Amino acid sequence: MTLLKARHAMGSKVTGTALVANDGFSARYDLDRINGVFSRPTHKLAGRSYVDRILILDTAKGGVATAWMLHEMKARNMAPMAIVLNSVNTILAQGAAMAGMTMLAGFEVDVTQSIADGATVELDPETGNMRVVSG
Amino acid sequence: MKLNDEEKSMLAGEQGHVAKQAIEHQIQVGRFFGAADFVPVTQAHIMADTESLGEAGVVWLENLANAGERGVRVPTITDPRGTDFTKAEKLGQAEWMLSLERRAINAFRRLGVSMTDTCINYQTVVAATRGEHVAFGDTGVVIYTNSIGGAKSNFEGGPSALAAGITGRTPRYGYHLESHRQATVRIQLEWTPRELSDWGALGAIIGRICGNYWQVPVVDGFDRFPTSDEIKHFGAAMASFGSTALFHLVGITPEAHSLSAVGGDRLPIGHRLGEEDIRRLKKSYAADKTIDLVVFSAPQLSLYELRDLAGLCQGRTFKRPLLVTTSPQVKPDADRFGYTETIEGAGGTVLTGMCFYQSYAREMSEANGWRRLATNSAKLVNILGGYGYVPMLASMTDCVDAAETGELK
Repeated sequence: MTLLKARHAMGSKVTGTALVANDGFSARYDLDRINGVFSRPTHKLAGRSYVDRILILDTAKGGVATAWMLHEMKARNMAPMAIVLNSVNTILAQGAAMAGMTMLAGFEVDVTQSIADGATVELDPETGNMRVVSG
Repeated sequence: MKLNDEEKSMLAGEQGHVAKQAIEHQIQVGRFFGAADFVPVTQAHIMADTESLGEAGVVWLENLANAGERGVRVPTITDPRGTDFTKAEKLGQAEWMLSLERRAINAFRRLGVSMTDTCINYQTVVAATRGEHVAFGDTGVVIYTNSIGGAKSNFEGGPSALAAGITGRTPRYGYHLESHRQATVRIQLEWTPRELSDWGALGAIIGRICGNYWQVPVVDGFDRFPTSDEIKHFGAAMASFGSTALFHLVGITPEAHSLSAVGGDRLPIGHRLGEEDIRRLKKSYAADKTIDLVVFSAPQLSLYELRDLAGLCQGRTFKRPLLVTTSPQVKPDADRFGYTETIEGAGGTVLTGMCFYQSYAREMSEANGWRRLATNSAKLVNILGGYGYVPMLASMTDCVDAAETGELK
């Protein structure tokens, strides 16, 4: 059973399907937020839906808009369930706090290489643990 | 986090619901990053265009304002809005966008926020000074303020910057700590850029090298001192491509009077960058010769950039729309000096208090059939791909030529 521990964590315990890529994340730069898909043509998840997925990516990218956008996406039920990153920036953390979204970041290993795309994972911010349930 | 008496009072709700909500948000973020305590800030700058806020964000703001409590405690200003109300029809913006903007502006005003609507406040409002702790939004503002001003700010998203304005403080983590301000990546420059799009391209390359928020590049080898506008494009692109918040230029920026002052002497030279690297970056965006529009934005143009642009527009007649954004502080001077009249006389449009990518760029594209876009902003080309544009990076001169001929050289 794969168990990874994050240095930074917030939010509530969730279980869901992982959407994984070794790429960055910015709600402004990368997403078609109306349709709930990655829209930047060069993004490794281009064309794929992120809605209700546990996004597992390398690092936070780009500007400050994500701090508002996660809240806006969640209000329309068009948001990821949670976000997991190797390296987080201040904006993603502030946005997750504003949106009440679960977030884990900072691991001893590359999290995008440790979790399979489509796996079912459980995030427990209280302990900082991410556990692979299946897949 | 360790709280002083005033912070405990805010958290207990003794200073109102709005201050309590603000400090609760800040404590959650501070704990996430392991902040030991708060640090007082002297000013805050909020990114809050309504494309980002949406209906939910505007309602959230209105609820804060409707509390009728004390608003911000320190000077708090705003990044560009999502429109220039006087030109919205020309941009193809819909009434619902303008309505959201009006509601957000009204709420901000009731909270005591000053609607400066600028992403170049370090050129147009009040620049922060060395050692000053501030809570700034807009990545371009933060990287310039940290690097050129020597002031201290993290990227503060809209809700956190507003919270800082309301409480007059921010959690002490990240770039408020000296320990995070030492260089982590050493770059040797072998060619100094000559014009703004080259400066932006260089910033883009360094941003990609850095790759995340916590990397701090130190760059050596410039053959002259850059201007404020050159560094503006350099920093804005670096922050956009790399989420980078601080850089050091040896012998130029205030914390890097020497390589060793920022720990650069302990780092190997990780990258050597020259003219060919910059040309390659620009070429990677050269998708098409024909263009639908030209945009000068991201960041808003300074008075000097508008002067240069007006000089290039003199006597021209544009076949394609040419849009320019500037701040409400600069626009009156551009009008007085005749720059606006010259640019608009050629067929261009000078927009005030907005920035192109923060103004419903996808909807503007669909309303106007805009897709292939030429700009001298590396930051803008990085952002607009996700909005369905094919952005191309070229010099200001080549962009103006393209507006006249419809083709980019």
